[in-house]
Amino acid sequence: MSRRSAFVITCLAFGYAFLYVPIASMVVYSFNASQLVTVWDHAHSPTLKWFGALLHDQEILGAAWISLKVAVANATGSVILGTLAGYGLARFPRFRGRFAFTAMTTAPLVMPEVITGLSLLLLFVTLEQTIGWPAGRGIGTMIIGHMTFSMAYVTVVVQSRLATFDRSVEEAAMDLGARPVKVFFVITLPIIFPAVLAGWLLAFTLSWDDLVISSFTAGPGSNTLPMVVFSMVRLGVNPEINALATLTITAVTILAVGATWLTARARRHAASAAA
Amino acid sequence: MVTAIGRRAAGEPWNDPDARPYVELRRVTKKFGEFTAVDDVSLKIYEREVFCLLGASGCGKTTLLRMLGGFESPTAGRILIDGEDVTDVPPYERPVNMMFQSYALFPHMNVEQNVAFGLKQDRLPKAVIRERVAAMLEMVQLGEYAKRKVGQLSGGQRQRVALARALVKRPKVLLLDEPLGALDKKLRERTQFELIGLQDKLGVTFLVVTHDQEEAMTLASRIGVMDRGTIAQAGTPAEIYEFPNSRFVADFIGSVNLFEGRLVEDEPEFVRIDSAELGGTILVGHGISSAPEAALWAALRPEKITMSRGAPPQTDNVTRGIVQDVAYLGDLSIYVVRLATGKLVRVTRPNTARHAEPVERDGEVYLSWDAASPVVVTR
Ligand SMILES: Nc1ncnc2c1ncn2[C@@H]1O[C@H](COP(=O)(O)OP(=O)(O)O)[C@@H](O)[C@H]1O
Ligand SMILES: [Mg+2]
Repeated sequence: MSRRSAFVITCLAFGYAFLYVPIASMVVYSFNASQLVTVWDHAHSPTLKWFGALLHDQEILGAAWISLKVAVANATGSVILGTLAGYGLARFPRFRGRFAFTAMTTAPLVMPEVITGLSLLLLFVTLEQTIGWPAGRGIGTMIIGHMTFSMAYVTVVVQSRLATFDRSVEEAAMDLGARPVKVFFVITLPIIFPAVLAGWLLAFTLSWDDLVISSFTAGPGSNTLPMVVFSMVRLGVNPEINALATLTITAVTILAVGATWLTARARRHAASAAA
Repeated sequence: MVTAIGRRAAGEPWNDPDARPYVELRRVTKKFGEFTAVDDVSLKIYEREVFCLLGASGCGKTTLLRMLGGFESPTAGRILIDGEDVTDVPPYERPVNMMFQSYALFPHMNVEQNVAFGLKQDRLPKAVIRERVAAMLEMVQLGEYAKRKVGQLSGGQRQRVALARALVKRPKVLLLDEPLGALDKKLRERTQFELIGLQDKLGVTFLVVTHDQEEAMTLASRIGVMDRGTIAQAGTPAEIYEFPNSRFVADFIGSVNLFEGRLVEDEPEFVRIDSAELGGTILVGHGISSAPEAALWAALRPEKITMSRGAPPQTDNVTRGIVQDVAYLGDLSIYVVRLATGKLVRVTRPNTARHAEPVERDGEVYLSWDAASPVVVTR
């Protein structure tokens, strides 16, 4: 083996170790029987008892359910608004104030979350005092809060997909008798659907692990999973958290592998049909 | 070169002042900001014609076509189709269909769905759609590819899907933007004839954009030569070739020798032009209408010049020169002859027989031509 390739392999090993050793150690410790996170109980490990405990922890289950509702609502809302914004920005490239619009849609990407969260909180409080809506804070305000930044990501994803889109395909549909709205739903949307789906997943993920904005916009009884985990960890790391993390990683891995497999299968189908 | 004069568009409606135009552009102008892409174009196209817009890239052909399709609205002027003013009618309500240069097929649909799309928009009964799509696919020889995704087709097949998709709606006018531009030369030649055949059979009026003059000659009943947003000349392929109205058209269609000169004899039956470039006079066997002092040019096609080693019998329209270059192209040869004035003249001669009198490089030759051959242009 040449020196150079040995060097490259060392670099790679360090890089991957940096990324995955913490995760791997957490997965391993989720099967630890000891109550103390840092002590490995040789006598009783590995065990699934923390996974069992997790399934009976009403606080975590409730928080997970809230997180799921918020994430799905946020992803769906963000995809609708973000796709419209991305379409507008990509399709009408010369309207007045386009630069300002582009800057404004992407600003939430770089805005410190604390500032976004605080301003949302102030807005909700003021609104409640003046028009009586939203009455208190809870899941609804959290969804709105998450959408303010998730939507920006979806906009960017959709806009960049549309930048490489052959406009004459839309024109051809119009030429054949489809009105613009129909063209959007029957031609444009199906073609950019992978980008829209990617945007949905991205928005879902952003919402699922958001802590800062949730904390500002949540109300009593609407704690999300990250909020519950964070408050639990502050009282000391609980092995249940490790189990929760392991489950999350498993879900993510299954999703990623499934997506890859589906794509590969679609490609194989295409190839065999061509032959 | 194959031309199709009078084959389509019964008679010659463009010469009949009472004939009703099918498509009419009235002083149409299109500006993009300060830039004028189409400049005050008026044009009449008749039913069942194949009209070719021919011009160099960037001269505004696509812009003109897109205005007919409804994708650009004219800055000034009106567009009429079958007598109806469609200037402000959106694309989805116009009785025309367009075949896009990129084909613009729907990538998420198969061949059949692509072709059926237009009929579905008209809410036709399913059975009718199925029947018409199948017939159309048969006509463009794609019957067995109905279920293929368009991504799995060759360039030629994609071209035919695009054509079928636009034709299946039986438009009054089919607009074709460089329909054969993406095909290789052999396939292009074959497809030209298929396209004519299809047009003949369906009787649809075609408006074809192309930058390939041979393609325009093959397809067109009439050609409109475009130059920087204007139509420089419109006429049958033979008219355009034999009687170009300007140096631009003469030079754009085929190749031509241009001799600058001035009028020295101006009779109704003939004119004589004195050309310093030629070093003599040119006798032109038809009268012209031009101010005597204006600069003018005699345009002479290379194949209309006779080349001989011995002096020809005639006294007019003869000159001498040295053969500077010979290019053998198989069916014909091109000779470049240098006159005493230094002017280079292009002459072509078909290689029909093994010439008894071979012409070689550096040999001295006589060039002569008939008085009917030169055309006088004033711009
Ligand atoms: N949407 C547009 N905005 C600005 N300029 C345009 C636009 N479309 C075409 N042009 C310009 O108009 C001219 C003619 O274009 P086009 O009609 O596409 O030419 P052709 O099809 O003859 O090659 C070109 O110089 C092109 O740059
Ligand atoms: Mg073009």
